[in-house]
Amino acid sequence: MLLTVHNLSKHFEMHHLDRQILAFEDVSFTLDSGQFMVIGGSNGAGKSTLMRCIYRTYRATGGEAWFESRFGPVDLTRLADVDVALLRDYEMGFVTQFLRPRPRVSALELVAEPLIALGEYQDAAESAARAILDEFGLKEALWQAYPATFSGGEQQKVNLARALIRPVKLLLLDEPTASLDSAARQSLVDRLAALKSQGVALIGVFHHANDVEHLADQHLRLDRVQVYQNGATHAVVE
Amino acid sequence: MTASSSHPAVSLDAPRLIESPPLVVLSNVTKRYGRITAVDDVSLSVYPGEVLGIVGESGSGKSTVMRLLNLEETAESGEYQFDVPDLSGNNLFTLDRYARRKIGVHHIGIVYQNPHLGLRMNTTSSGNVAERLLMTGERGFDALRDAARASLAASEFPLARMDDLPRKLSGGMQQRVQLAKAIALKPRLLLLDEPTTGLDVSIQATVLDTLKRLQRTTHITTVLVSHDLGVIRTLADRVIVMRYGRVVESGLTDQVLEDPQDAYTQQLVFSKL
Repeated sequence: MLLTVHNLSKHFEMHHLDRQILAFEDVSFTLDSGQFMVIGGSNGAGKSTLMRCIYRTYRATGGEAWFESRFGPVDLTRLADVDVALLRDYEMGFVTQFLRPRPRVSALELVAEPLIALGEYQDAAESAARAILDEFGLKEALWQAYPATFSGGEQQKVNLARALIRPVKLLLLDEPTASLDSAARQSLVDRLAALKSQGVALIGVFHHANDVEHLADQHLRLDRVQVYQNGATHAVVE
Repeated sequence: MTASSSHPAVSLDAPRLIESPPLVVLSNVTKRYGRITAVDDVSLSVYPGEVLGIVGESGSGKSTVMRLLNLEETAESGEYQFDVPDLSGNNLFTLDRYARRKIGVHHIGIVYQNPHLGLRMNTTSSGNVAERLLMTGERGFDALRDAARASLAASEFPLARMDDLPRKLSGGMQQRVQLAKAIALKPRLLLLDEPTTGLDVSIQATVLDTLKRLQRTTHITTVLVSHDLGVIRTLADRVIVMRYGRVVESGLTDQVLEDPQDAYTQQLVFSKL
């Protein structure tokens, strides 16, 4: 099994409010290579938080997340920071909802950057970047421009290209299609289908859930149930 | 690393996947100035090729950590290990001044916030860089000039101005000369102490861009001090947060900035515009 999540919990300790905010509790599931899991639930149910706990942008408060890395099984909730950084370079990817543009860095350079960081030659990395920007339909006239000036949809195409340019074993997707036009959405779905057939495991939250329904092997539904003590909320898994 | 009581119940394992040992290890380092404890029992590791960010308010001890790492000063207690041949196993703080200076010249480069600390303002820019090479015994004029030019080019300095005096250059260009000097001898460790603080926003962006490109192409191990969380997010892989001379939190950059655990780090992150 590529990923085994067991009783994962997350609450946020808000020191200035002197209280804890519960995001979800006791979430368990397993996911194998080549499987696609779609996470559903209402706003604030903890969907993004769950993925961020797996990617370690958030620190889980309890539970385990065992990942079958090329070094053997590791618990992502406890793994040392430098080891997580290593896995992020080579084995895990995260597609966010928005691009974080950097001042004076062109679209092409932003997209090629992850490959160059892994030791790829500049020319090869840029040619891979051109191919994937083309795949997601970003106009060639914009490749050398700074994405800070782009529309939301154009920025998201750059974001997708940057996130998907290097191979990973586990890909997490946080509403990647929200700002895309229908052609780009279709390109993304095609790309995800190809990754799945190559054995990549995928977990995602999708604004247009119907787009990926035919690819889904399992669904995880997070919902909030009010807990009356201390005002915190509680997530349940169906 | 020091953990405050507010940290999550799940504690982290020791590193075990990463193949190389850390290049730099500070263990339980304490530095006092009279009755003031500037750095209080700080431990940190920097792994080859990574950028470690240090954040904290003025007086938190972050610049003192940089001076210790640069061997400008030694600590009252604690150890400084540097993983290069002939040095491994030694506590660098116990070496004499001459030995420390030699290590500094050969293995460590630094860019200060204040260019007056890093540059001779009345020596040409190329001369400032070449001086670093002179220290290793290089005497040939052409070799010195070629090496200075290469280093200035790597720091994206306009070569047409390489013989200008630093005092005639803009703040952004002075930082590039400092950077060229810092990397001239291809050090193992690059220290950046508020490298873009005080620069105009547009110039800050280009200097950051240069630093990012340099890091990406050379994979030079870097420690970066900044109070600007945007700079930290752009450059650092991991971050430690200091307050009152102690490390209050450490983690991956996105984790510390998006899910800060410590009360002080939350205050710092939530205050960002």
